[in-house]
Amino acid sequence: MAIFLNSDSKVIVQGMTGSEGMKHTQRMLNSGTQVVGGTNPKKAGQSVEFDGGVSIPVFGTVAEAMAETGANVSVIFVPAKFTKSAVVESIEAEMPLVVCITEGIAVKDTAEFYTLTKGTKTRLIGPNCPGIISPEKSNAGIIPSDIAPKAGRIGLVSKSGTLTYQMMYELRDLGFSTAIGIGGDPVIGTTHIDCLEAFQDDPDTDAIVMIGEIGGDAEERAAAYIEKNVTKPVVGYVAGFTAPEGKTMGHAGAIVSGSSGTAAAKKEALEAAGVKVGKTPTETAELMRAVMENLGK
Amino acid sequence: MDLYEYQARDVFESHGVPVLRGITATTPDEAKQAAADLGTPVVVVKAQVKTGGRGKAGGVKVAKSADEAAEKAEQILGLDIKGHVVKKVMIAEGADIAEEYYFSILLDRAERRYLVMCSKEGGVEIEQLAVERPEALVREPIDPVAGLDEAKAREIATKAGFDDADADKLAPVFVKLYEVYTAEDASLVEVNPLVKTGAGDIIALDGKVTLDDNARFRHPDHEALVDIDATDPLELKAKKLDLNYVKLDGNVGVIGNGAGLVMSTLDVVAYAGEEFPGKPSPANFLDIGGGANAEVMANGLDVIIGDEQVKSVFVNVFGGITACDAVANGIVKAFEILKANGTEPKPLVVRLDGNNADLGRKILDEANLPGLERVDTMDGAARRAAELADQA
Repeated sequence: MAIFLNSDSKVIVQGMTGSEGMKHTQRMLNSGTQVVGGTNPKKAGQSVEFDGGVSIPVFGTVAEAMAETGANVSVIFVPAKFTKSAVVESIEAEMPLVVCITEGIAVKDTAEFYTLTKGTKTRLIGPNCPGIISPEKSNAGIIPSDIAPKAGRIGLVSKSGTLTYQMMYELRDLGFSTAIGIGGDPVIGTTHIDCLEAFQDDPDTDAIVMIGEIGGDAEERAAAYIEKNVTKPVVGYVAGFTAPEGKTMGHAGAIVSGSSGTAAAKKEALEAAGVKVGKTPTETAELMRAVMENLGK
Repeated sequence: MDLYEYQARDVFESHGVPVLRGITATTPDEAKQAAADLGTPVVVVKAQVKTGGRGKAGGVKVAKSADEAAEKAEQILGLDIKGHVVKKVMIAEGADIAEEYYFSILLDRAERRYLVMCSKEGGVEIEQLAVERPEALVREPIDPVAGLDEAKAREIATKAGFDDADADKLAPVFVKLYEVYTAEDASLVEVNPLVKTGAGDIIALDGKVTLDDNARFRHPDHEALVDIDATDPLELKAKKLDLNYVKLDGNVGVIGNGAGLVMSTLDVVAYAGEEFPGKPSPANFLDIGGGANAEVMANGLDVIIGDEQVKSVFVNVFGGITACDAVANGIVKAFEILKANGTEPKPLVVRLDGNNADLGRKILDEANLPGLERVDTMDGAARRAAELADQA
């Protein structure tokens, strides 16, 4: 099972012919992902050769790639200024899962393309995220599969890429059902809550690690969601206790969220919802280890 | 990037939002000239600082002559308002204020759309109003694709309790402010107060604008709005080297890869520091990103070692995509570059884990670099770096 991504997933790469796209397509192939195509209107009809004798066709449009290959996942590597049109193309083609890796996208662009996903068949992960991996099944994005190659029964959701890697590494002996980096931008597609809901419903997941960081009130909302809806054990970590106060959004920001957005407020909210919160990534991993032992896994 | 009031005024004006004339000054003489140039019987001398509450702090004063404007500017320039020293004032035309309103547009992160807030009761205490009488503050979600048109703007004004005549005048101003928000890639446009004059005109009297730095590619003109003087010199140096660096108050320099990991590293250093008498704490945030090549590492170490407050340095790298042997080679090269520059090294604790960690550790051990210690866990390495800073 796993969530959002499994061994049947057929992946295309928007921006496959660029240097990042090439590098990570190779890595996705190496970790067993079914990469079935790439898109680039200027190189349509060509194919790109990868190590291991794999030849991947390049299509002019996402719709064409889907029609030809049955692709149901698109991973986006195009530069920030072109990302909006790449995402919109995938939404219009009714791509079920769009994983947007690109960082540095203007928030107006993201607000617009996120809005366009509403009420459609498309689930958006990211932007500015490492992607999603269901070990031993499929890997859509840039998470190095060799950090934790083994499939297991822990679900991981994180805003931060490197903390995703750190946590996967700490718990690599236990393994993950799915690990997903949702990105830390002000506007993102898939949220902590979406992942918590999916992990709660996933028969392959026994416990969940949730990593948050300062800014916004996503962790507070996730805490409220957990209290009501999640029966599986959740362990949390929040980064940014000592981070300097970032950009203040005038008076208006605080009025809207009703939350200070500090790490301390987030930790408190999670603990009030029964989530065990570690002080460091290592301590958090140990808390999860204890949870899994208690479950007899 | 937050704009100063005078910059927000200029941006408003360029989009047709009604504003009063204003001229900036950095000396009392300039203030006098500005008041004379405006030629109105009353001018207001306003401190230009990126913080609220400047009126209460004595940063806004009325003057009835050019000489008086110079006098007030003299009092305001150099004032410390919540840690912001006033270096510039704006001399603005005096307004005949009949009523004060509040209007803002911002990104609502949680709902992933925009939000307009509007109140008939503007003025300084808007946060208090929001808590005490939330019904007096209209909050209207705006769909980022559909946007804000005049009909919607009118609806908002009516909801806020304005009569038809006022709503007719306000709606076009709201639409123009929304145009500022979208056309300039802002994440906040706030007008407080938005005033009605005795003659019935609507004027944006004070504005706060935050621009999205990621949208700079669409706005080459925004570069000129950056206040280089107000930037910390080390941050400026780091920016020139394309490093993601923020100066903090402590004495343990921190370098890592990935914003989340570096933020977490700051926390772990601070926790570890609590054990020691001098309570060592992080001196900076520095994310060298995924690449982490020798030059980036050398530049990073150079900026951090150049910080006099730094007593020890903690390099915390988790090799995800980056291979640790490349990072280790980077550190070795960085030492060579620093030596060539004549920079004296400081005690350095390195933690390498993940991709090719064994190879990376071996490279560091064989290089036998002066003052470098290798600790293989994040918590242990943070503790050692804190200890070294405390001993120095």
